[in-house]
Amino acid sequence: MKNIFKLITTIFFLVIFFNQKAITEETKNLLSTDWSFKGYFGKFDRAALQRGYQVYTEVCASCHSMKYLSYRNLAEEGGPEFSEEEAKAIAANFEVTDGPNDDGEMFTRPAKLSDKFVNPYQNDKEAIASNGGAYPPDMSVLVKARKGGADYVYSVLLGYEDPPSGISLDDGVYYNKYMYGNNIKMPKPLSDGMVEYNDGTNATEEQMAKDVVTFLAWSAEPHLEARHKIGFKAIVYLVILSILVYLSMKRLWSRIEPKV
Amino acid sequence: MSDQKKPKRRDFLFTASYALGAVGVGAAVWPLLDQMNPDKSVKALASTEVDVSSLEPGKSITVLWRGKPVFIKRRTQEEIAEARSVKLDELKHPEKDEDRAKNPEWLVMLGICTHLGCVPLGDKGEYNGWFCPCHGSHYDTSGRIRKGPAPTNLEIPKYEFVNSNTIKIG
Amino acid sequence: MSDHNYVPSSKIGKWFNDRLPLLSLSAHLREYPTPKNLNYWWTFGGILTFCLIAQIVTGIILAMHYVAHADLAFDSVEHIMRDVNYGWLIRYVHSNGASMFFLAVYIHIFRALYYGSYKSPREVIWIIGMIIYLLMMMTAFMGYVLPWGQMSFWGATVITNLFSAIPLAGESITNWLWGGYAVDNPTLTRFFSLHYLLPFLILGLVILHIWALHVPGNNNPVGIDLKKPSKDTVPFHPYIVVKDLFALLLFLIVFAFFVFYSPNILGHSDNYIEANPLVTPAHIVPEWYLLPFYAILRSVPDKLLGVIAMFASIFILVILPWLDTSKVRSAIFRPIYKQFYWILIIDVLILGYMGAMPAEGTYLLIARVATAYYFVHFLIILPVLGRIEKTLPVPLSITEPVLGGSPNPEMVKKRELYN
Repeated sequence: MKNIFKLITTIFFLVIFFNQKAITEETKNLLSTDWSFKGYFGKFDRAALQRGYQVYTEVCASCHSMKYLSYRNLAEEGGPEFSEEEAKAIAANFEVTDGPNDDGEMFTRPAKLSDKFVNPYQNDKEAIASNGGAYPPDMSVLVKARKGGADYVYSVLLGYEDPPSGISLDDGVYYNKYMYGNNIKMPKPLSDGMVEYNDGTNATEEQMAKDVVTFLAWSAEPHLEARHKIGFKAIVYLVILSILVYLSMKRLWSRIEPKV
Repeated sequence: MSDQKKPKRRDFLFTASYALGAVGVGAAVWPLLDQMNPDKSVKALASTEVDVSSLEPGKSITVLWRGKPVFIKRRTQEEIAEARSVKLDELKHPEKDEDRAKNPEWLVMLGICTHLGCVPLGDKGEYNGWFCPCHGSHYDTSGRIRKGPAPTNLEIPKYEFVNSNTIKIG
Repeated sequence: MSDHNYVPSSKIGKWFNDRLPLLSLSAHLREYPTPKNLNYWWTFGGILTFCLIAQIVTGIILAMHYVAHADLAFDSVEHIMRDVNYGWLIRYVHSNGASMFFLAVYIHIFRALYYGSYKSPREVIWIIGMIIYLLMMMTAFMGYVLPWGQMSFWGATVITNLFSAIPLAGESITNWLWGGYAVDNPTLTRFFSLHYLLPFLILGLVILHIWALHVPGNNNPVGIDLKKPSKDTVPFHPYIVVKDLFALLLFLIVFAFFVFYSPNILGHSDNYIEANPLVTPAHIVPEWYLLPFYAILRSVPDKLLGVIAMFASIFILVILPWLDTSKVRSAIFRPIYKQFYWILIIDVLILGYMGAMPAEGTYLLIARVATAYYFVHFLIILPVLGRIEKTLPVPLSITEPVLGGSPNPEMVKKRELYN
């Protein structure tokens, strides 16, 4: 039995090891930074989320939708945690189409907390037509939808450079070191000082990329903090119960000869 | 098991295992039940605004709020007088009309019979108010239960006048 | 089945039991004589039962919130992940639960292969088990389609296209499967319906699987027939129950680790992109548990033959009890089979790895060799080995040959020498 016990422990640690290895494997060539949400106790940095939201609205939102987010999410626990008033004020900046009213007509009104983030385009076709034939992907789950996750998006944001000699690019196509296939139709989105942070943080390119990717990581996985918290409790609980059941089992089997 | 201590320790071990196991099962069952509660997107749909400027006295409209019908009635002077003249001890569920309609001209209430949830019909019944066709409950011009199986008056939701033309429910 | 006559002590119990012998059944399950030398590889039956129940419960819950429509499926999954109370937890348990289910079932199958649990008189248990495994694969495949991401869509397209390999009727069959001329909304809704149905068929088959097990009783690491009940057996409750429970808890720790700390590691990032019939992802792979079969499919250069090879690789397992001609069950007493057993495991792991790699160059060559070996193992090595292998002497009972522990083949051999 001891052997089996050892084996199970080994399997368990192998699982952890390969998990970690698989994570590092797929991100080994990408840029990374000290993400606060990584690791077993990872949490989002509220200030970074709030700044990231600012970068998203001021820079990304002109082309990229986030159709699964609602303004209420901005005030929810585990997210940027704007106060409810702040979130309401943010929502009120946007016009949404509602209706039909009693006369059967659509009308616009300021957005409420329950409204989804306003889409910059009427539909996907318009989005493609306005962006030189490339669809600017919806960013709600973008971080989970790309191999390499947060590191990948961060790398693409910072991976613009002049194409190596010998490679000629069409008009409206840019060279990006980390983009899959190296060709990207999005012009370099960030440059130093592009936004002015309310909290006085210096808006360098890296800082903005880090903030907005933190925001995107949250939007892709809004319950990450709850997941880490519950997970820790669950595993501690399971370990304690396993020990108790193991001792109970020993007790019970001590009646049997020969012992297992 | 000849000595006394062994069974005791065993008992403690087993009891502790069972107790801790029960706690875990309970904790695991809670998410499975809680998922059926209204979710965050449903809870967020809190309020509805209604434009009542075109409503004539004596007429009513029905609007949808949180999936339920809400009656908005602009009462005539006779209807108000009728509602306010009723003595409280005549009522099955005593409530003053003054408390039910802060602005006497406007009565805003959930259009759901308190018996089993049907939608009562307007301007019907023995008390000139509402009548529920399902099981014959009669409500008066203040939406109070007067006759029939319903136990309580029609419920008044939280509402306010945003301006003289617009009512915000919720 | 042990044919003791259980009589409930209370009058009401007796009245009920005479009409529906549930109490007898429960007494049978409690007292069911189980070999006492079962090791931890035998705990996976209980773990699998837990997995099935957990998948059914979380699945029923997800179906309360999921919308089976091509336009809404992806949105409804995001709704579950974001808005539904604990929806993220329930979905992650369900999606990782599928992987855990297969992990457990592979251990369960390879345990049976090692200890010869498929051999007479347990062939029917084995065949029912294989049908369950086949249904599990179908259920898992259809479940993977439901989130309607890119991998869902293209996985469904590729797998259903397997049937187009059938001569003459191929196209009609795929159109029939799809309910159209490509994977689309009708395909999604029928997959949802079947994904909901099949687990209950599996549940029924699991009951038959256990019933069939309780007729001859458990095999055991030594692989010999036992007298039941005897000194070699213990009642199922509480001895085996508590051991299964302990193993289940360890399994749950690994499970929890995936759910809470790497919930998407076994999935594919492309499945968080909504299905798009105009764009195929650069690199299509099935879920890890189907990779070995996928490798076999791709290693055959002919479309029809590839499909046949893939289905044959599963069917071959069904007839395994008749391919293995050895009279000795447990690999403990089969020194040569033991070597081939481990080679087979490595072969299957290689196939799995090749299934995840692009089908070109060296990868393809290795996959072909591994595929060939897979069939050689079952069709040539096993039948021949059973006839020529010189097996070690098998003990007469669990307790007799070696006192104070499970029999050690070395010691059995020594005793044999002394005698």
